Amino acid sequence: MSSGVLFAIAFYVVAGATLVSALAVVMLRNIVRSAVALIACFFMVAWLYLMLSADFLWVAQLLIYAGAIPVLIVFAIMFTRRSMSDTSAPDSNDRPWAALVGGGIFLLLVAVLVPASWKFGDWPGLAGTTAKLGNELVNHYALPFELISVLLVVALIGAVVLARHEGSDTT
Amino acid sequence: MTYIGLGHFLVVSAGLFAIGVYGLLSKRNAISLLISVEIMFNSVSLALAAFARFGYNEVQPLAGQAFALFIIAIAAGEVAVAIAILLVIYRQRATVWVDEIDLMKW
Repeated sequence: MSSGVLFAIAFYVVAGATLVSALAVVMLRNIVRSAVALIACFFMVAWLYLMLSADFLWVAQLLIYAGAIPVLIVFAIMFTRRSMSDTSAPDSNDRPWAALVGGGIFLLLVAVLVPASWKFGDWPGLAGTTAKLGNELVNHYALPFELISVLLVVALIGAVVLARHEGSDTT
Repeated sequence: MTYIGLGHFLVVSAGLFAIGVYGLLSKRNAISLLISVEIMFNSVSLALAAFARFGYNEVQPLAGQAFALFIIAIAAGEVAVAIAILLVIYRQRATVWVDEIDLMKW
């Protein structure tokens, strides 16, 4: 078997697992299970990044999306007890409409994106893109890169201030 | 490499985005809405990484990957702030169902 066939098999397996776990996230009624499926979904997306030669994104995805963000979400689930114990329906009555809108968006995107003929340059066959991405970040994208660090500090302080328990402040 | 092209990755991305939209519209739990938004962020990052790989150019190499990286960083901050807001709402109204959070509903 050629490497192209192996790559195709790997792609279909990972892509299928990604979509199935994403479906599980929105279909499961228990939110804790939904959060676990979310970890699987993000984990699988990381391997899609690797297939796109985006090795730094692969690591960032594993660390941040498959690691840090689910921890935050699980903490939020545990802090809001009612979401775990409440037995009333976790879905709204508008599910058919939601499915219609979601399916419509999917069909529209596929109908536009797949037949489109992209005119792109050839991949230079980089072994790894991390070094090049790092160069780009500090040359082309120096300003957004610095702004991101400011934004993260602001978000961090904002989250702490919001979530701090202050008896006198709450209405 | 010849069998799998840009279109394949874009279809996966579109599927993830549609699933995120469905979750966003159908769930009542605010945390589930947050999870759905994360799935949509991921779908867009995946599309950008696919464009960076298949749409390589010398002028701005890996622009898509840099953009996806910024999206990941912004999403991390967004989750932290959103969960802090959720905890404040839960503390004050004892609910995370979005149809019961009608404080700003006219």
